[in-house]
Amino acid sequence: MSIKDTVSSSYSKWLDASGPESDIVISSRVRLARNLVDTPFPHLLGHENADKVIYAVQTAIGNEKIKADIGELELSRMTELTPTERQILVEKHLISPDLLEHPEKKAVVLRNDEVVSIMVNEEDHLRIQCLLPGLQLKECWDLANKVDDGLEHILDYAFSEQVGYLTACPTNVGTGLRASVMLHLPAMVMTQQINGVLTTLSKLGLTVRGLYGEGTQASGNLFQVSNQVTLGLTEEEIVDNLIMVTMQLVSQERAARLALYKEQQYQIEDRVWRAFGLLKYARTMTSNDAMGLLSDLRLGVDLGIVPNIPPGLIMELIIMTRPAFLNKLKGKEMNPYQRDIYRAELIRQRLNSF
Amino acid sequence: MLCDRCQKRPAQVHLTQIVNNIKKQMNLCPTCAAELQAESFGFAPQVNLHEFLAGLINHHFTGAHLHQPAVSTVRCEKCGTTETQVAKTGLFGCADCYKQFGGQVQPVLKRIHGSNTHTGKVPKRTGGKALISKEIRKLKIELQDAVSREEFERAASLRDRIKELEQQLQ
Repeated sequence: MSIKDTVSSSYSKWLDASGPESDIVISSRVRLARNLVDTPFPHLLGHENADKVIYAVQTAIGNEKIKADIGELELSRMTELTPTERQILVEKHLISPDLLEHPEKKAVVLRNDEVVSIMVNEEDHLRIQCLLPGLQLKECWDLANKVDDGLEHILDYAFSEQVGYLTACPTNVGTGLRASVMLHLPAMVMTQQINGVLTTLSKLGLTVRGLYGEGTQASGNLFQVSNQVTLGLTEEEIVDNLIMVTMQLVSQERAARLALYKEQQYQIEDRVWRAFGLLKYARTMTSNDAMGLLSDLRLGVDLGIVPNIPPGLIMELIIMTRPAFLNKLKGKEMNPYQRDIYRAELIRQRLNSF
Repeated sequence: MLCDRCQKRPAQVHLTQIVNNIKKQMNLCPTCAAELQAESFGFAPQVNLHEFLAGLINHHFTGAHLHQPAVSTVRCEKCGTTETQVAKTGLFGCADCYKQFGGQVQPVLKRIHGSNTHTGKVPKRTGGKALISKEIRKLKIELQDAVSREEFERAASLRDRIKELEQQLQ
C-alpha cells in the first residue's frame, strides 16, 4: 500500500480496537524529535537546505538495515499530495497540522501499515512517530527507538552531552520524546469527575488535549494525555509513568461506567439507543453531532447495550466523517451543509446492517 | 454596534481577554458569544505555547519583564539567530544556539523541565563521551546492588570496569 492508498482508505491499524484496554484506550503514540547537526532548524531553512534534509532522510530510509529492521518506508514530499490528501493525513493522525504550512519544504515518510510515520521539516528536522491501537506505549517506544537507531546509523544528530537531543523548541529538548494516549472517557464526563481528573493530571506533569492535539476541543469525549517533561527523565521512566497513570484512568472510567449504568440504567440505555437511532436515520449531521453521537454509541457497545457493532467501525466513522475525508470520498469540495448531508448518508450506509 | 464576529447582529456581549499581558476586546452578539464559549470550553488555546515561552526566555535572557522588548545583541555565530529573536519566537535557530546562549538556556530548561541534565538515550554512533558517562551511571547502580547483596566478587569487577571507563573519559 502506498501513501496514495493511505489517503484513500479510512482504515488505519490504530483504529481497529484490537489492542489492550481498547474499551477505553483508543490508541498509543510515541514521538521522537530529532535534528541534524550543522543544519539550521526548519523555521530557518531555505528551500535548498530543506531539500538537503529531505534528501538525507530519503537516503537513510533506503538503507538495507532499516528495511530489514523496520520494513519498507515510503517518502512523499508534501507537494506530491493534493491539499485534501494532506488534510486526510492530519485527520488520520499521521501528521500534525503544522506540516501543512510551507508544503514545499516538507515531506512525510510512512510505513504501509501506518504504524510508523516520520514528519520531515516540521518544527524539527525529524519527528519519528509510532502509533498503535490500545494501550501499547512500550511497544510504540521500542519501535520508535528502533527507527531512531536505524536513522542515527546514517544521519548525524544534534546532541549535547549535557541536555540530550537538541530541538528547536526547548520544551522538547532532552529525550525529544512525547508519549501520548487517546482515551474515551464518556462516563467520567457524564459524572462530572473529569475536571478533577484533569487537574490531577497536570499536577503529575501530564497535559490533556482534545482529539486533534494542541488547542483543540475534547469532542466525542476523547482526550489525549501526554507527558510534558522531556528532560531529566529516561525514556523508559516517561513511558512507564504514562502507562501507570493511564491504567488508573482506565480503572476509574470502568468504575464510573458500571456505577452509572447501575444507577441510571434507563437514562443510559435511552441515551445510547437515541444516539443509534439518530445515527441510523438522520438526514443531516454536523461533525460535532457525529462525534458526540458516535461516542454515545461506542459507550453502548462497550457496555453491551448495543450488540454486534464492531468498536473499530465507530472509530473509523469518526475519521471518515471529518471534512477532508468526506471531500475525498465524494470526489469534490463540498460546503459545510452539503457535507452534513453526505456525512449523515455515509453513517446511515455503514450502520444499516446493524 | 455590530458584532465583531458575524457583522450582522447587534453586539450585546463585551468580552475582554488578557493573554500574556496583551489585552484583547471583542464585541459580540449573544449567538456568537455562545458559540465562542462552547468552543473554548476547557480546551481552546488560552495561551499560545511559543508566545508564552518567548516571554519566559526573554525574562531569562535579558532580565526584562514579560513583553518588554529585549535589547541584547548577542548572536549565534552559526545561524545568526539573536537572543532577541529567540526571546521573541521561543525557538532556537540551530544546535549551536544551545552552546552560544548556554548560560541563559540552562535556567530556562530548569524552569520548563525541573532539570537541565539529560539522563536518557544517547546516540550510539555519535554519542562519544556521553555514551561512556551513561554506561558508568548504569554500572554504578549495578555496583550498589552488588554491594547490598554482598556479592563482592561481582562488585570488584564492576568497580574495575568503572575505573577503566572513567580513565577513557579523561
